[in-house]
Amino acid sequence: MSLPFLIIAVITIAAAAAAMTLRNLIHCALAVAGAFVGLAAAYLNLSAQFVGFAQVLVYVGAVAILIVFAALLTRGGEPSQAAVFSPPWFAGLGVTLAVLGVLVWAVIRSFLIRRELVPAPEAAVKQIGDALMHKYVLPLEVVGLLLTAALIGAVIIALKEERKK
Amino acid sequence: MTPLAGYLILSAFLFAIGLGGALTRRNAIIVLIGIELMLNAANLNFIAFWRFGDHPEALTGVIFVIFSIAVAAAEAAVGLALIIAIYRHYQTTNVDEMNSLKG
Repeated sequence: MSLPFLIIAVITIAAAAAAMTLRNLIHCALAVAGAFVGLAAAYLNLSAQFVGFAQVLVYVGAVAILIVFAALLTRGGEPSQAAVFSPPWFAGLGVTLAVLGVLVWAVIRSFLIRRELVPAPEAAVKQIGDALMHKYVLPLEVVGLLLTAALIGAVIIALKEERKK
Repeated sequence: MTPLAGYLILSAFLFAIGLGGALTRRNAIIVLIGIELMLNAANLNFIAFWRFGDHPEALTGVIFVIFSIAVAAAEAAVGLALIIAIYRHYQTTNVDEMNSLKG
């Protein structure tokens, strides 16, 4: 356990927990942006620089802003007086704790975690680009198609409905 | 505790927090944020296993996470568009009140 990892872990978990429990939707969006930044720091700590910066660009730059826009468009910015959690929240909490328990138990019991720190692998942007352009070029094209279809679909879904005459 | 175990447990906590939010919150936008947190926890697992795996030079984990981030961005765009469309119809984002199809 290194000190940077502990700091990153505490900040990320605190921000994620704040995002899931705060009452004001805008505060939740800001807290989840903080959790995304913490995850990007974890990727950098794992010497995956490209993924760390992609995380900052896509999640902190785009998804968090998208969430803020959705909150403003649905008037979620005004804190409501109603309860934040659904009435059967204790059932959800029970499921959550069960899942967490199983995951942590599986991690601790696994033989894989005895692996010690190996020398940092090389993952330069050039190598990632080479891999994307040679070995993974078909998935890359499919993702491009998926993004186009998803964005056109999002625009069509969010378009104003036309009144039927 | 080894570094790999630390990252896996951090990822397990993030997944549980996201799952808890998605299961218990009433606001649809917060439910979507919880799903994003779960996706990010999976990404952290990929990167941790890539970093401590046997063949990091294959770049499999990094490439998978790049594709996963792209898919998650598309999912967030479509999900928020759906929430806005539902809000326009029902004037609410409370998932407990969205209880009829073909409204």
